[in-house]
Amino acid sequence: MTDEQRIQLLEIVEVEPHTAPAELAVRLGLDAVEVEAEIRRLEADGTIRAYRAVIDWDRVEGEVIYAFVDVHVRPEPDFGFDAIARRIALFEEVHALYLISGGKDLLVVVRGHDFREVALFVAEKLSPLKGVDSTTTSFVLRKYKKEGELFQSALEDNRLAVTP
Amino acid sequence: MEPVRRHPQPESSPPPRAGRVSELVAGLPPSGIRRFFDLVEATEGVISLGVGEPDFPTPWTVSAAAIGALEAGRTNYTSNLGLLSLRRAIAAHLARRYAVSYDPRSEIIVTVGVSEAMDLVFRSILDPGDEVVICEPCFVSYGPTVRLAHGIPVIVATCMEDAFVPRPEAIAAAISPRTRAILVSSPSNPTGAVIPRATLAAIHDLAAAHDLLVVSDEIYDRLYYGPEGHTCFAALPGARERTVLLNGFSKAYAMTGWRVGYACAPADILAAMNRVHQYTMMCASIVSQEAALEALRRGENAVREMVRAYDQRRRFLVDGFNRLGLTCFEPQGAFYTFPSIRSTGLDEETFCARLLAEEKVATVPGSAFGACGAGHFRATYAAAMPELREALARIERFVARLR
Repeated sequence: MTDEQRIQLLEIVEVEPHTAPAELAVRLGLDAVEVEAEIRRLEADGTIRAYRAVIDWDRVEGEVIYAFVDVHVRPEPDFGFDAIARRIALFEEVHALYLISGGKDLLVVVRGHDFREVALFVAEKLSPLKGVDSTTTSFVLRKYKKEGELFQSALEDNRLAVTP
Repeated sequence: MEPVRRHPQPESSPPPRAGRVSELVAGLPPSGIRRFFDLVEATEGVISLGVGEPDFPTPWTVSAAAIGALEAGRTNYTSNLGLLSLRRAIAAHLARRYAVSYDPRSEIIVTVGVSEAMDLVFRSILDPGDEVVICEPCFVSYGPTVRLAHGIPVIVATCMEDAFVPRPEAIAAAISPRTRAILVSSPSNPTGAVIPRATLAAIHDLAAAHDLLVVSDEIYDRLYYGPEGHTCFAALPGARERTVLLNGFSKAYAMTGWRVGYACAPADILAAMNRVHQYTMMCASIVSQEAALEALRRGENAVREMVRAYDQRRRFLVDGFNRLGLTCFEPQGAFYTFPSIRSTGLDEETFCARLLAEEKVATVPGSAFGACGAGHFRATYAAAMPELREALARIERFVARLR
């Protein structure tokens, strides 16, 4: 399997995780057994972390709300940002966490059931952490695109049914 | 009083004709695709593998550039030849990809798709009765475009056993003293066939020996899946001076509705084409030209991603047809498969009509692209994977019932 074929395999698995190994093999011009073994290997070494659905929770009233919280932290000697980042990441309310460039240090994506739950998490759990200097919370009001999926208005296929 | 000026009347005037439509137009064969389109339109829940255009949307950077052009008030005519900035970008693009050099001021014209460019070529080079050699199966408009220019298409048939690559000796046999040009199309619609470089060189040798032009329709040049890369006809040694290179943005950049293509040719041919163009079209839409410029500047990643997807679907569909006994040679370009239905015992019209009626899958009978397309149908993989999967499952059911 070439690097190019491996990248294409991962690209397909990322957006079409249910594709059978036999079909993956045909599409990539590979052997099905080889593809299956490669997927197992990529799962085992952590390249493929998980298979997830992209769900539009807005269609389920009052279920999920997201906030982006910019966090200013004081890096610790020897550990830099990693120690504080790990303490934040372990909270179940934290959906995603990134070290970012720019004015702030960490971007925390917090997920909760309502505004109050998220606000209380930031006020009571995140802000008081040792090393956290300040936080700025931005609530998500509407989602336009997530994981490459358009949410508000998908593009239509307006092609004629048969053309030369 | 000044007499009404009339053109001189011919000695013997032609016999009065029946209707209001010219005999030339009335004599054009109706498109086999049109008939099928009407059938499909009347059916609900159809999965269409009959579409000759990308299923991807135009890359947004291209559409955004067009919107920007409108906002900036760029709504005027352009030069007949097209925006110089676009012609320069086309010249740079061709030089980079194929190492062919065209002067953007005198050897490149921007047209309303390759269709217009094709019309311009034949109107520019044909006198009544002149012949053009065309290899079938081919795009439906080649023959009619030649006829509309008062020329005569001379057909060379190709077959699956040759992977739909024309034999140079068959082309040689089709050449007469009235031949003006050979039309070459690689990769091909409807077969997806790619003409190998050596065969193209042999075709060039024939053209040189008989002092003919070669009109090379390379609209599918970027949708190419073989190992050695597309051969631009004009890049063959010595070929540039007798080549009219046609290309456009529809297929590579998913820009069919923008209607923008181009022709590159030696200055004398190009000037003649521009003479026709200036009286008939004036110029291609400026908004589409601005969009095309953006496609050349920033469309490359999108092309690469689309080609990857097409390539995967191509293998999927070819493998599927072959498993069903619908023997399919491996197409190396475009986004079409052209399987044989010999194993079903049906003719292609019946096959496609029944497949549509019984399983609601639209395909196009191969004979719509020339008589030698009989026994085949065209199925495109310009459709998303779930559709291709479902279409293949339906075709499998249909073929199983025939046995």
